[in-house]
Amino acid sequence: MSAKTKNERLLDTPTLSVMLEKMYMIRAFEEKAEELYTLGKIHGTMHLSIGMEASAVGSVFTLNPDDLILSTHRGHGHCIAKGADMNLMMAEFMGKECGYCRGRGGSMHIADVDGGNLGANGVVAGGIPVAVGVGLGLKMEKKNRVHICFFGDGAANEGAFHEALNMAAIWNLPIVFICENNQYGMSMSIKKAMKIATISERAAAYGMPGVTVDGNDVFAVYTAVADAVDRARAGEGPSLVENVTYRWRGHSKSDANVYRTKEEIEEWKKKDPIVRLAERMQAEGRLAITQHEEIKSRAYKTIHDCAVFAEGCEDPALETIEEGVYAE
Amino acid sequence: MRELTYLEAVREALRQEMQRDEKVFLIGEDVGIYGGAFGVTRGLMDEFGPERVIDTPISELTIAGAITGAALVGMRPVGEIMFMDFITLASEQLVNQAAKIHFMFGGKGSVPCVMRTPMGSGTGAAAQHSQSLENWFVHVPGIKVVAPSTPYDVKGLLIQSIRDNNPVLFIESKLLYKTKGEVPEESFFIPLGKADIKRQGKDLTIIAYGIMAKRSLEAAEKLAAEGIDIEVVDPRTLKPLDEKTIIESVIKTGKVLIVHEACKTGGYGGELAAVIAGSEAFDYLDAPIVRLAGRDMPIPYNRNLELHTVPQVDDIVESARKLVHGKV
Repeated sequence: MSAKTKNERLLDTPTLSVMLEKMYMIRAFEEKAEELYTLGKIHGTMHLSIGMEASAVGSVFTLNPDDLILSTHRGHGHCIAKGADMNLMMAEFMGKECGYCRGRGGSMHIADVDGGNLGANGVVAGGIPVAVGVGLGLKMEKKNRVHICFFGDGAANEGAFHEALNMAAIWNLPIVFICENNQYGMSMSIKKAMKIATISERAAAYGMPGVTVDGNDVFAVYTAVADAVDRARAGEGPSLVENVTYRWRGHSKSDANVYRTKEEIEEWKKKDPIVRLAERMQAEGRLAITQHEEIKSRAYKTIHDCAVFAEGCEDPALETIEEGVYAE
Repeated sequence: MRELTYLEAVREALRQEMQRDEKVFLIGEDVGIYGGAFGVTRGLMDEFGPERVIDTPISELTIAGAITGAALVGMRPVGEIMFMDFITLASEQLVNQAAKIHFMFGGKGSVPCVMRTPMGSGTGAAAQHSQSLENWFVHVPGIKVVAPSTPYDVKGLLIQSIRDNNPVLFIESKLLYKTKGEVPEESFFIPLGKADIKRQGKDLTIIAYGIMAKRSLEAAEKLAAEGIDIEVVDPRTLKPLDEKTIIESVIKTGKVLIVHEACKTGGYGGELAAVIAGSEAFDYLDAPIVRLAGRDMPIPYNRNLELHTVPQVDDIVESARKLVHGKV
C-alpha cells in the first residue's frame, strides 16, 4: 500500500475505479498480446509495459479529452489510457485492415489521431522534437490545450532530448515531458548510462521544473503530472516528470534478460502498481472485494472480446499495398 | 512583366502565402531578425511578427521536428535549414517521422510542411557548406523533392509546396539567388511533378535542374553557334518525376546528357538514366546515356579546384558536343 504523497491531488472514487480498470485493461491487453504471439498469430515484435501501468494511467488521466499525447514504442498503455477503441487497437496489433492504422503501423506505431494520441514511435527520442512542433501548434491555436510527450530513460541520452527540451522551454510551450524511467535502455542499465541520480535533475539545465516520482504509485504520478499540466495550461511552460518504474518483461521478444537478475525482477513484481492501487482503495474503504473482482473481470473480458473482434477482421488487400504513402 | 531575383521570388511566395493563410509560419536559424543567412526572409519578421517568423537556437533536428509536429496539428509550417549540409542533422525527423507518419498511421494524420534549404558549391565555403544531397531524400517515400531553377518556377513551386499536404523538401540553388527573371505579381502555382522544357531543340536532350539547368541553357546557346540544337528539360520536381516529358524529349532527340552538381555515384542522374533506359525511349537512343556530374569527392576550398569539382558551362558544352558528334 502506498502512503500518501505530499500535496497529493484528490481523486474521487468513480475516477479511481476507472483508472483501476484501465490499468487492468493494459495488463490484460499485453498478456493477450503475448499469448497471441506465442500462438503464432502475430508476426513482428512488441514492447510490453507490464508493471508500468501506473505511469501511463496516472499521467494521461490528468488530461482533458481534447488534449494530446505522443507515445513511444512501449506505448500500449498510453493508447489505452487515452481512451482508444480496444477493437481498433487490437486489430492494429494484429495487422488488420480495420485497425487504427489499417495494419500498416502495428504495435510500434499505433495512433488514434482523432482520440488525441498522435502515435507511438519506433525511434527512441523520435517523438521529442515532434513534441516541440505540436506544442507550437497548440500555442498558436490559443485553445488552451496541452500535451504529454512520453519517452524512456534511454531517450534522455539522445541529442534530440537536449534540443527539444531547450526549445520547448525558451518558448514556454504547453508540454509535459514524461520520462518513464524503467531502468534499462534495452540492456543498458541507467546506472551505467548516466552519472547522475535522477533524470529529472536535467530539467534545471533547461530552466524548467523537474520532479522524480514513484512511477508505480498512481497517486504520485497523477499529482506530479497534474501540477505540470496546470503549469503548461497556464502558459508557464513545460516540465519534466520522471516516473521511476520497471518493465517486468524483456525489452522486446528477443530479450533473454541476461543483463538483470531474476531476483531483481521479482523484487519489482512486489511493487505491482495495480495491486498497490487496489489495496489502497480497499484500505480507504473505496473498493469492495466484489467490486474489485468485477472491475478486473470486466477488463479481461473487454480484451478477450476485442481479440475475438480483431481475429475476425480482414487482412489488408494486396491491391491496396501502396495506398497512403502520400496524402491527397 | 516585372522581374524579380530568385531570392526575391522565394520571399514573395512566402509573404503571399503567409498573407493568405495564418497557419503558415516560418521557423529556422536566423530567419527572423537577421533575415536568413542569405537574406531570403529579410523583412518578414517586421511584417508578420516574431510569432510567425520564428528564430530558433542552432538545433536542426528540432527545427525538423517542429515543422513535423506543427503540421500534424494543422499548421502549415515552412522550416529553413541554413545550408543543405546541415540537413544531415535534421534527417531523422524528416526521414523517420515527417515522411512516414501519414502511411504509418494508415492515412490518418498528415504532415503538410515545407523544409527549404540551399544547396551547392561555388561560394568558397568548402566541404561542409557546399553539398548537394537531394538524392538522399528522393530515395525516401513520403517526401516530395523540388529543385527550381528560375524565379518564376521558385514562386509557383513554393506556393504549391506550401499547399501540398505532404512534407516537401524545397531545394534552392544558392548561386541562383541573385539571378533575375520575370515573375507575375499575383499568386500562382505550378503543379509538383511537371517538368518544363526550358529550350526546344532536336539534336540532344539535356536534363538538368537548379543551377545546372541555367548552365545547360548557357551551354546550349554556345552550341547553337556551332549549329547544334539542344533541348533542355528541367524536371523542376525530382519527386514525383515527370517521366513523360523526359521520355518524349529523348524519343525526339535520340541522345541524352544528364547534368547535376551532386556526386555522380548514387546521384539523381542514375535514376534518370534508368527511367530513360527502361522506357520506350530506349529504342530511340542513338548513343549511350551520359551523366555529367560532380566528382566523387568533397568540395575543396581552393577556387580553381572548387570550379573543377562540379560541371561548369564549358564542361557541358564539351560533353554535349561529343555526344552529338557520336564520340561517346
